[in-house]
Amino acid sequence: MLITFADELEDAANSAAFAFRAAIDALNLAGVLETSTSLTSAFVVYDPHILPQATLKDQITSLLNARDWSCADLPQNRKLWHIPAVFDGPQLDEAAKLAGVTAQTAIEELCQKPLRVLTIGHAPGQPYLGSLPPNWNIPRQTGLTKQVQTGAITVAIRQIVLFSGPSPTGWRQVGRCDFRCFRPEQDNPFSLSPGDAVRFEPVDEATFETMRKAGNGGATWETLP
Amino acid sequence: MMPALIIRQAGPSMTLQDLGRPGHMAFGVSTGGAADRLAMFEGGALLGQGASCAAIEMAGIGGMFEVQRDITIALTGAPKRARLDGVDLLWNASHPISAGQTLSIAGAPKGVYGYLHILGGFAAVPFLGSRGAHLAAGIGTALKEGDKLSLQTRPASQGPAQKLSPPDRCSGGVVRVLPSVHTPFFAAETIDRFSATTFARGPRGNRQGVEMTSDQKPFALNDQLTILSEPIMAGDIQMTGDGQPYVLLSECQTTGGYPRIAMVHPEDLPIVAQAQTGTPIEFQFVDHATAFASCRSNDQIIADLKRQLQPLVRDPRDIPDLLSYQLISGATTGRDG
Repeated sequence: MLITFADELEDAANSAAFAFRAAIDALNLAGVLETSTSLTSAFVVYDPHILPQATLKDQITSLLNARDWSCADLPQNRKLWHIPAVFDGPQLDEAAKLAGVTAQTAIEELCQKPLRVLTIGHAPGQPYLGSLPPNWNIPRQTGLTKQVQTGAITVAIRQIVLFSGPSPTGWRQVGRCDFRCFRPEQDNPFSLSPGDAVRFEPVDEATFETMRKAGNGGATWETLP
Repeated sequence: MMPALIIRQAGPSMTLQDLGRPGHMAFGVSTGGAADRLAMFEGGALLGQGASCAAIEMAGIGGMFEVQRDITIALTGAPKRARLDGVDLLWNASHPISAGQTLSIAGAPKGVYGYLHILGGFAAVPFLGSRGAHLAAGIGTALKEGDKLSLQTRPASQGPAQKLSPPDRCSGGVVRVLPSVHTPFFAAETIDRFSATTFARGPRGNRQGVEMTSDQKPFALNDQLTILSEPIMAGDIQMTGDGQPYVLLSECQTTGGYPRIAMVHPEDLPIVAQAQTGTPIEFQFVDHATAFASCRSNDQIIADLKRQLQPLVRDPRDIPDLLSYQLISGATTGRDG
């Protein structure tokens, strides 16, 4: 069952989706198999043999009516990651031009504030980060980049995708980092959760090389209040 | 060293699969697991074990296998020609095999995915609760010649060989579908045409999904709806940019931005997965209530299969009315001719 809070990306609808998913999880309904969120929706996978559709619909409707979800708080225990990055992507100039700024201003705008993990998808642990300022509502490329590497920082439609593995993409690559979003060898293989925040810290090549020796690309995190 | 199953030859798309790893959609990992889930339940029933043991999934061409200890196997899914040291083995059945014997499995004349199950299952270390490969997510690898898959060490109580006679699900036909989240955005004419069309499984397809082709004009929305990427699951039918339906299978992505015209009834999804290129498929809408009423729980599926089991070979000692059988026919004095 899909519960949609907006037809286009708004941070409030994204927060509503997170909070609503958390509220459904808190009900601990027998028959709910898994829940997730997309940019503006919450999603419930259920077993109709245990939890009839009508019962789930009633539960969801009364939850929806219980409060105004558009002003919901983000989940607790969120992390803010600081990730060193080098902004020397092959399409930095092109992306900056589309956003109507110089390359230098582009880097400042991409790094000026923490970006929220709006959703995770396409590949294991791979975050869609945003929202960027309105001038970053730039289209994807018409063609595909054959392959970007793990750690590629790409932009389109007011979002950044930080690639968790090598992949073809229609997004423009503006930078790179050495942070791994998917670490199958770890007990918890997913570095980021929906609702966490990421702030890229622009550094030069030499600093990047020094910082990445600390492990995980030199990334550090703190708990958000 | 643990006894193993050795792969002497491997077809191009052979992987270890089980019922997948539900619970990680929010982190971008779809459930995955066997393309034909029913085959996993059949394998479990034939071997007298649960449906959750991993099995070898073979798309198209099979392979050659050898085991290092006596064990019982079961063969399910798309019927392929199987031979043990050159002797034909019945598909949809369990068979004892001895250490050192060679099991060879050829391509499937009908259907796509065949399964080789083993009593006790394989001992591979689970990742996020599953031993299955999810190649689209970069989890696991395809099996190849020379691989050794360790067998579970727990003593195997080998029951009698069994067989099942499941209805054919490898020749296409009518597939029940449920209305989905974007169904109301399609014109009634488009929905009617979609229901009336006999599609063919197209050439593009894998464990992530299969394309359906037809000679009809595209089944597009009137105004191309701008849809944010929403969660998607196996069984969803996406209408791609060129207006042809694409049915998602177990290894699909977790989100998708194409409109969904319908969702395949979970019990009919094996018919789609097992359709070879060119196999005819028709989609028939059923409402949610009908679909829920006709969808069996896992426990019901297991109970139904257990009832359908038949001994593969009838042992004379198990036949109470032995004397009523004409055991010798056509006996002669030997002087004839």
